[in-house]
Amino acid sequence: MKGRFARFLPGGRWLGLYALVYVIFLYLPVIFLPIFSVNTAATPKFPLTGFTWKWYEQLPHTPALLDAAWNSLVVGISASVLSTVFGILAARAITRYRFPGRRPINGLIMAPLVLPEIIIAISMLLVMLQLGLSLSLFTVVLGHILICIPYSMTVLTSGFEGFDRSLEEASADLGETAFGTFRRVTLPMVAPAIISSLLVSFTISLDEFMIAFFLTGTEPTLPIYIWGQLRFAAKLPGVLALGTLLLLASFLMMTLAEILRRRAANRAHTEGGVYA
Amino acid sequence: MMKESRPGKAGAPGGQHSGNAQSDKPYRAGSSTMTAVAERPLRPAAAQAGRKAILQSESTQGLALISPTLLYALVFLFVPILVVIAHSFWTQHYLTIDRTFTLENYRVALTEPIYRDLLWRSLYISVMVSVLTVVFAYPIAYYISFHGGARKGLWLFLITIPFWTSYLLRVMAWKVILGYNGVLNSGLVGLGITSEPTTALLYNSSAVIITLTHAWAAFAVLPIFVSLEKVDRTLVEAATDLGDGPLRSFLRVTLPLSMPGVIAALLIVMIPTVGDYVTPKLVGGKDGVMIANAIQAQFGKAANWPLGAALSVTTMAVVTAMAGAAVLILRRAARLAR
Repeated sequence: MKGRFARFLPGGRWLGLYALVYVIFLYLPVIFLPIFSVNTAATPKFPLTGFTWKWYEQLPHTPALLDAAWNSLVVGISASVLSTVFGILAARAITRYRFPGRRPINGLIMAPLVLPEIIIAISMLLVMLQLGLSLSLFTVVLGHILICIPYSMTVLTSGFEGFDRSLEEASADLGETAFGTFRRVTLPMVAPAIISSLLVSFTISLDEFMIAFFLTGTEPTLPIYIWGQLRFAAKLPGVLALGTLLLLASFLMMTLAEILRRRAANRAHTEGGVYA
Repeated sequence: MMKESRPGKAGAPGGQHSGNAQSDKPYRAGSSTMTAVAERPLRPAAAQAGRKAILQSESTQGLALISPTLLYALVFLFVPILVVIAHSFWTQHYLTIDRTFTLENYRVALTEPIYRDLLWRSLYISVMVSVLTVVFAYPIAYYISFHGGARKGLWLFLITIPFWTSYLLRVMAWKVILGYNGVLNSGLVGLGITSEPTTALLYNSSAVIITLTHAWAAFAVLPIFVSLEKVDRTLVEAATDLGDGPLRSFLRVTLPLSMPGVIAALLIVMIPTVGDYVTPKLVGGKDGVMIANAIQAQFGKAANWPLGAALSVTTMAVVTAMAGAAVLILRRAARLAR
């Protein structure tokens, strides 16, 4: 591929260099967080003063932080499970059936991806208050489901596409019930995509600030907690340490999700024959 | 939690369309959507029914299956936006809202200098950010698509990973970099390039633009990459064979053909950044305040929901118009280039 077209294309070597610089630019700011989280000085500046774990050691002794972490966990698990359920239904409908209004419906479901978050946040806030719902972690979960669904859909659609329908038919012909077919044929093929969707939605919920900021009552999630801490310069190293841990968590979950998503896509395309 | 599942309502929208299909449906479909769907096309009865009936029932099933998600989006996105639009025509009286129709909020939103300036600045920042993101992203998308070889997946993964880390944390990282006592200042002083730290880096609209350009990078690379992947390589080859140099064939073949991706990238970055709240709040300072900060104030301290709603609707309307204009201009440009 590469060799054949390379001579028609302008400046591959320079572009390669540019790509390298670009990736460094993308990663550089993110890398400063871990660097300064193990620096002894309380202000993040060069030269570095020395190595320490003390900012990390303080974290488990901050009750407000532990509460926020627990809240984030509860919200993240609820939002990811529910958005994945909604995503499964919609992705299955989109990839398998033709029905009127398919595109506009898909557009509406995917809309949170391109709407300014503040618009989503204030419109949900208005409705919650009109309905007389008091703001709580529950309202945050409702908001997070809405913004996670498009991501779940994307991941699940790529897992469901190219899904071989004849496998399900074969299963039915061989006497399996509809539920049995779903459990023993459909589910194993789409399981990696589903797990990947759970991880992606959990990561988004864990990192989401804007909607939680508007829709939470007195219980902060982790980003809200961090937001509160940012006002105090003295708290910065602790925030950097916490931020580093969150980065690590996001990074691990996304890597896992990507591996699973690829496996799902490959399986639906190639291994389908083996299963039949 | 009850709100999300609602098994009773799940079948409802599908039910409206199922009138014709009902006749060839000997078994119940409403109670468990998932089971019904897996069951439906497998029954021999369905195969024997007329072609039209099958199509009919296929749409019924598709709609029934998507209806819970659709309902959720309607209840928590579509209706709320209508509620915001309604509020924008009402008036706040202390704690109550007067529901007589008025355009006063829009007059304030469009003519009061403070809101007009904030709106202009938000638009300026979002246009700058989207153009810069696309300009920086295009070469990398091009490189991955045309020179990526077997490592395309890895490149894309590398580029999307930073995007998956918390937005708040990335903005915070820029604050650490650009601050008075920050990385860049201490680095510049340490290297002897400047004698003392400069305050010019943080708390202005440039800081907002830099931070947002970084934050949205991955969003621009992906759509451009996808459209470049669709460019027929033999066309590029043909242009070269017919005597176009690399640059000319790029400008006349590759660039126009990848225009849909460029347009998508512009919009995907432009629309959300107009309403950004975190970045102006953290790195914008007084000169970097954007419209979202004013909207938030109306829903918070100022407690004037209708004005906040009018500001939101105005922002959406203006950014939609601008996005539309961008699409038209780029389409025209792409046509002229060919």
